[in-house]
Amino acid sequence: MIISVASGKGGTGKTLVAASLALSLKDTYKVQLLDCDVEEPNDHIFIKPDITRSEAVSIPVPAIDEKKCTHCGKCAEVCAYNAIAVVAEHVLTFPELCHGCGACSYLCPEKAISEIPNTIGKIETGEADGIIFGHGMLSIGQPMAPPIIRKVKTLIDKERTVIIDSSPGTSCPVVEAIKGSDFCLLVTEPTPFGLNDLILAVETVRQLGVPFGVVLNRIGVGDSKTEEYCAKENIPILLTIPLDTEIARLYSRGIPLVEGMPDWKSKFRELFDNIKEIVDEGSRSLKR
Amino acid sequence: MKEVVVLSGKGGTGKTSIIGSVAVLSRKRVLADCDVDAADLHLLLDPSIEEKHEFRSGQVAVIDKDKCTQCGLCQELCRFDAIKDYTVDPISCEGCGFCSHICPADAIVMEECKAGDWFVSSTKHGPLVHARLGIAEENSGKLVALVRQQAKEIAKKKELNYIISDGPPGIGCPVISSLSGASLALIVTEPTLSGIHDLERVLGVCKHFGVPAIVCINKYDLNEENTASIREYCQKNGVDVAAMIPFDNEVTEAMVRGMTVVEHSDGRVAKEIKSLWQKIEQKLQG
Amino acid sequence: MKILITSTAPNLDAEIDPRFGRCQYFIIVDPDTMEFESLENSSMTAGGGAGISAAQSITDKGVEAVLTGSCGPNAYRVLSSAGIKIITGVTGKVKDAVENYKSGKLTASSQPNVNAHFGSGRGMGGGGGQGRT
Repeated sequence: MIISVASGKGGTGKTLVAASLALSLKDTYKVQLLDCDVEEPNDHIFIKPDITRSEAVSIPVPAIDEKKCTHCGKCAEVCAYNAIAVVAEHVLTFPELCHGCGACSYLCPEKAISEIPNTIGKIETGEADGIIFGHGMLSIGQPMAPPIIRKVKTLIDKERTVIIDSSPGTSCPVVEAIKGSDFCLLVTEPTPFGLNDLILAVETVRQLGVPFGVVLNRIGVGDSKTEEYCAKENIPILLTIPLDTEIARLYSRGIPLVEGMPDWKSKFRELFDNIKEIVDEGSRSLKR
Repeated sequence: MKEVVVLSGKGGTGKTSIIGSVAVLSRKRVLADCDVDAADLHLLLDPSIEEKHEFRSGQVAVIDKDKCTQCGLCQELCRFDAIKDYTVDPISCEGCGFCSHICPADAIVMEECKAGDWFVSSTKHGPLVHARLGIAEENSGKLVALVRQQAKEIAKKKELNYIISDGPPGIGCPVISSLSGASLALIVTEPTLSGIHDLERVLGVCKHFGVPAIVCINKYDLNEENTASIREYCQKNGVDVAAMIPFDNEVTEAMVRGMTVVEHSDGRVAKEIKSLWQKIEQKLQG
Repeated sequence: MKILITSTAPNLDAEIDPRFGRCQYFIIVDPDTMEFESLENSSMTAGGGAGISAAQSITDKGVEAVLTGSCGPNAYRVLSSAGIKIITGVTGKVKDAVENYKSGKLTASSQPNVNAHFGSGRGMGGGGGQGRT
């Protein structure tokens, strides 16, 4: 089963939930934690895995064989990203604009274009006390997160309970991370910002057709509008976490909630059981 | 005209709350919400929308079922696995157009898609340009650029001194797009290990694009040890820590009432934000 | 020899469009006769790499110089590869710019005058192109 952890708003506690869930389940299940927030990955701070393997992630970009090139301009014409320009006797390439679609090399009538890798980030894998861990990291100054997220997701081990931590928001990197999950946990807080962004996140997961539920973090601050919204929309609130400076302090020191306050383990196991029930029920009703 | 963009790397560090207050404190400014993915600034500023425009961007492949001979070449060549059973999944499609060029039956066309909306609003704290990217849309970088462009034009037309932008979290495409060419980046961080990790990365992006940066440590008293190491890191890297804001529930209380902190109270958070804005103004003029 | 000016409208009395890649019109003028033709810039709304695509579209127009407000590194690279001089920081009316060019008041820039506007419409693949050091 693949559970993704997402949120419209940043800083609501995605990492806290993903890391705590992984640590609470590791004694009972085979767990894999994949951090797909490749712009700002943080799960490793809490899980502290031994990283045993690191691999560069690259996309294929064009390399022009000047000897074969006739400057016909076909490559520039077909490139949707303006990553190639042909002027007079020169072919100029702009690797940072390239999405690696391969159109130029395939369509070059002279077969003058080959592809070379352009590194945009890396993935790292390892283990932390029984949890198989993987994350991706976008290189500074590189814009394209989705290829790295796709690479992290190739690590998915279907035999395991997989927890995917996504980046905040609702745009392409988030969709790339959540896509294909059996369940999505949306972490939010009971504030106007939290609610506004939750509504956007709900639209996103509904569009993807992934079943979902809410974790409400920092209860006690803010108002009751988020709970009212969930009730009205029939969205289950699967876990609530109070506003507690002790929890915040643990987080600030990189200590997972369930380690600093072990009582929380049973709550996260319960959360998982509830998710399982929803997912099983969903697949039963599909079979019917 | 000077443009300050507020970034954080990590989400939820209090960027938008601080910008809301800065909006109140500053004069002759236009506000730009560049967090087009999950925009919140409007919740504090009670804008009335004056203009609404469609944002069209990107292309998506569409297969004409009548012409398609189901040869499968497009499926085989698509690098983004966006075509299955001779149907394009618009979410996976990157709009490269490769398939449309190679389809032997000429059955694939590229269509432009609506990717969101952008707005010009008026607020009692000056004009606000904001946007809403469609769900699961790409090209947020382009929409961010558009929001900034519009803000710049408004600033020019109305002879305003400042553009104040709320940047998106992260370090990827939309962040780079909101940062390039700005006069100053204010990075709002928090004294958590995640916050520090992300601060280092976002400062790296500022440096990469040659934008000077200053740092504000929000909720600094949450972990004084981490606060000290942030200060040390900043000092070593020649980055000014311009403000240290204490943790206080008045920030959330203000948010719940739909107000900015400086309007809501005159407490310690408000005082620190006031001094922060003074420092930013000095930086921008000096 | 002809020169090209980025313009906000298709005539010589128009204001110069300060952006090269996303300008509204290109005006190609013969400074000696002041004969001109105007072209719409189809790259204005490009998803990404507008400067590259705009530059590419004019390299076969036989112009010796481009007069504009600002030009990023990608467009600069394409134009200079085509042997076209780039003059940036030009403001005011198109026809005045032509006069100034004729009288030698404008000099070519030796480098792009704006950073890669990474993302000014580059979408996901936004790239800083060659402007980085």
